Order: sequence, then structure tokens, then C-alpha cells
Amino acid sequence: MAAYIAKRIVFIALVLVAVSMLVFAITTLLPANVAYLILGPFASPEQVRALELKLGLTDPVWQQYLRWAGHFLSGDLGESTLMNRPIAPLLMEALSRSLVLTSVSFVLIAVIGVGLGVVAALRHGRALDHGVSIATYLGIAVPEFFWAIVVIVIFAAWLGWLPASGYEPLSAGILIWAKHLIAPTITLVFGHLAHVSRLTRSSMIEVMQSPYVTAARAKGLPERVVVLRHALRNALLPTITVLALDFGRLMGGIVVVETIFAYPGLGRLVVFSIQNRDIPTLQAAILVVAAIYAFANLVADLLYAVLNPKIRFGRNAS
Amino acid sequence: MPPEETAPRPEPRKPLSLQLKAGLAITGAIVLLGLLAPWIAPHPWDTISMRTRFLAPNATYWFGTDEYGRDVLSRLLMGARLSLAMGLSATAVSLAIGVPIGLLAGYFRGWVDEVLMRGADVLMAVPPIMLGLLVLAVTPPALWKTALAVGFVYIPQIARLARSVTLSLANEDFIQAAKARAESTSYILFREILPNAWPALIVEASLRVTYAILLGSALSFLGLGAQPPSSDWGLMISEARSFLDRAPWIALAPGLAMCLLVIGINLLGDGARERLDPRLRSRAGKA
Repeated sequence: MAAYIAKRIVFIALVLVAVSMLVFAITTLLPANVAYLILGPFASPEQVRALELKLGLTDPVWQQYLRWAGHFLSGDLGESTLMNRPIAPLLMEALSRSLVLTSVSFVLIAVIGVGLGVVAALRHGRALDHGVSIATYLGIAVPEFFWAIVVIVIFAAWLGWLPASGYEPLSAGILIWAKHLIAPTITLVFGHLAHVSRLTRSSMIEVMQSPYVTAARAKGLPERVVVLRHALRNALLPTITVLALDFGRLMGGIVVVETIFAYPGLGRLVVFSIQNRDIPTLQAAILVVAAIYAFANLVADLLYAVLNPKIRFGRNAS
Repeated sequence: MPPEETAPRPEPRKPLSLQLKAGLAITGAIVLLGLLAPWIAPHPWDTISMRTRFLAPNATYWFGTDEYGRDVLSRLLMGARLSLAMGLSATAVSLAIGVPIGLLAGYFRGWVDEVLMRGADVLMAVPPIMLGLLVLAVTPPALWKTALAVGFVYIPQIARLARSVTLSLANEDFIQAAKARAESTSYILFREILPNAWPALIVEASLRVTYAILLGSALSFLGLGAQPPSSDWGLMISEARSFLDRAPWIALAPGLAMCLLVIGINLLGDGARERLDPRLRSRAGKA
């Protein structure tokens, strides 16, 4: 197991190096000249030339890459060309806000998704089951930015309960802070419920028909114990690995949701840096997202490897 | 050996499932409306008229008008073409590049497989929308570039599927027979393996069309796709954001249209998958 984990971590490191090359290669294609961007439109060609030399923009691309990667590894992410601030603190701030958003959404997705899946499985084939299926189907069939707009129309424009967008720090008061989190969270949760609830439902249905559930019932155990202790425990195993993957998917989902709700996290930072051609920030932000995404995938794989023998054990025991 | 005979065929008398019928009806209706849009649109889709701004849905403007007084329904109909074109062309790009990669990797295995699939891993290490943004960041936005970028983003998934189908076919007798006849590699790949891999690939691709439509519209929404005055649905929703409190219909109409299209294509794809190969059912729902 330890060897497997070590191998996977080395592999992730290699993938991230490759991603960093990809990111660097694509951004060096950008037509906008970094020196020109920093100096503004009124700079003379001599000034631009001087700054290019200073920044090393005239060196071969591979030298630029190695220098950038070296700085990156030593924790120096460079300076945002737009905001004239070091990127690292900027990025950490955005990342922490995004992690708050994604973690809250993640917990809700897990709890609500599993709950809906179990309820649908127990009412298999009845109206409630179909209702849950249709609702979660809508969740994935519809783009996040549309759900965001429905949420804004209902909760902000119509009911007036929530602010339409924006962010307030925790220091502004926990209630105000939480209020700004609700709308983006609802949007993210609804968009990602379906995978979890559908998988929980199908594995619950399978498990409920298995001999050991029949055996548990024959022992005279109350239905609640049969469902929660015997069936759900086994049915949850595949769900857990999908949940880990969902955390990675949320990192993609925040791009649109943060942009709509003007939530100053990592996703908005990426869009913002693209719109303003802030290349160093873009490079750093994408690498951080790729790292989180890769580790979420690793966790999914590891959970699968760890839990798999249990699944076999469960089947043999039955 | 004519390849058609080797492809698994659905039994001809099996009736169409309800899922497939609903999918065909919804998708067919949207395709038809989109194709006929220039002739059936009740008003010009791009004529600005300050006297008809922000009209709520009524008898003349069924879905209301937008901030420039343009008819939302007419824009919606024209936008259907853009969404369909986005989905189909992006998927075609993924297929055109991903399928040959998958065939090569699955047929040759060894280092060819290793190199191609590790390359796919790198592309899959970035969330699709971020990869799309990254590719589009380097060029002035245009819808056709967005379609290319979306196609590019989904190459790895198609390549992986093509590879796994190829792996399972490579040891079949008819491939061995073709090798014994000393057929060229390209003949074996494209005339023997590909026709047999096609059903699985087509079903997967039809589901990919919806991913492409959703990603394409999200990129347009973020300003890296269609540009004004285009009536792309993602762009329409983006532009309507400022008027949600006074004219929510401008945003809701394209949103609902997109729901309908995506659900229609999903039903069609899922239905086709079950019809072609019931064993694949359990794979449904995986992204």
C-alpha cells in the first residue's frame, strides 16, 4: 500500500510538472507583451526593451521556464502584473475563500446526496423515487450559471432574502458573512448532487436485495437498523470514491459560480487574470487548481483501494 | 469482409423505448426549429428598437423583449443553431483527434500507449473549464475558437474510450485473420477495428455533445466565446444578468431552452446506449 501511494505521489508530481510546462507554453503564446502591460500604453520602445531585458523576456523560452519553475518551487510566485502585489498572499487569500465555499458545499452534497439516494432506493419505483431522479437529473443537465441566475431571481430579486452577489469578511459579522455564502453554495450543491444521489440509490437498491439484508431481517432486526447498519454501510463504499472525485469537480465549478456571485475566490481570480492579461497570476492559479484536482483524484483512488477489500469481504460474508 | 456485418446491431423489431422516443422528439424539435429559425422567427433577431425595450412576454413578443428591444424568442431560435453547432463541431474535433490516438494506444500498447495515455493524463489534470479558459486566454475570443478549445478539452476522454474498446477487440479472431493476411496497420485500425468500435464511440459521443454545449455556453458566459450581438444562449444569459430584477425573462428563456436541449440529448444518448448494448447501462452517469 505504501509503495502504491508513493508511486502515485511521484506520478502526480510528474503530471504537475507537465501541467506547469503546458501552462507556461500556452501563456508565452499570449500576444500581449508583459513589459508593455507593466509600463502602460505610453512607454517608449527603449523603456519596453530595457524592462524586457531586466525581466529576462529575451532569453530562450526554456530558460524562462526553468527560472519561473525554480522561483515557484522556492515559494516565490512572482508579482501580479495588474495589481503590483506579490501573488502568493493574493492566491492564498483567494484559495482560503474558495475552500470555505467548496468545503461547505461538499459536506452538504455528501449529506443531502446520500440522504436522497437512500430515500429514493427505499421508495424504489414509486413517485418519490421518480421525483428525486428528475430533480437531480435537472441538477446536472443544466449549466451552473443558469442555476445561479434562478437562485438570484428567487432569493435576491423576488424574495429579497439574500444579497445578489458579493462577499463580506468574517469580521463584518458571522451572519452577514454566512448570508453571502448561501446563494453560491445552493448553486454548487444543486449542480453536483446527482452523481452522489444516483450512485447511492443504485447501490442501495442492489444491497437491499442481497441475502445478508434478508438475513438481517429474518433475525428480526428493526428496519431502521437493517437499513442504516447493514445496508447503508456497504452501499456507501462506491459513493465515497465518487465524493472524492466531486471535490475535484467543485474546483472547476467555482469558476462560473464565483464569477456570477462576485465571490473573490480562486475561480474568480482565474477569470479576472485572463480578462486583464495578468499572466503570472493566471499561471500560479491554474497550477494550484491542478494540484488540488490531482490530489482529489489521488484520494479517490486511495479510498477505492482501501475500501475495495471490504466490498469483497462484504460479498463473501453474504 | 464487409465491416457492417460485424457491428453489433439492435434487433430490428424491438420497439423504441419511451426514453428514446422522448429524446428524439425533444432533440428533433429543437434541431428543426433551429434549422428553420430564419424563416419562422416572428421578428428580426438583431434589430435594435428603443421603443420596445423590456417588454414582458405578451401576444406579440411571446417571450418578451430584451434591453435593446430585440425579440427574445427570435434570438432564442437563432441561438439554437449556435448551441447545436457548438456541441456537434466540438465533439467532431474530439472524435477526429481522440479516436486515432485511442486506436494507436490500444493497438500498439507498450511505449506508444504509455506516451499517449500519460499525455491524456496531463490534460485531465486540469478541470475542463480551466483548461478551456487557458487555451482561449491567448487569442481574441470567437465562437469557432471556443468550439475548437472545447473539442480539445475532451480529447482525453474520447481517446481513453477508443483505447479500451480497441484493447478488447485486438485479440479477436478477425483481427488475427487480418494480420495473417498481412494487411497494413492502417487498414486494420480503420477498416477492421474502427467499424466495430463505432457503436460504443457514437453513443459516448452523443452524450459528450451535451458536455460540449454546457462547457461552450459557460465559456461564452464568461466572455471567452460568442461576442455581442450574437444570440448564443450563454452570452444571452450573461448579458441579461444586469436586468434580473426588472426583466428576468431575458435570462430565464435561454436557460430553460438549454435545459430542454441538454435533457433531450441525454435521453437520446442514454436510450441509444441501452438499445445498442444493455450491458453498458451501469456505466451511465459517469462523467
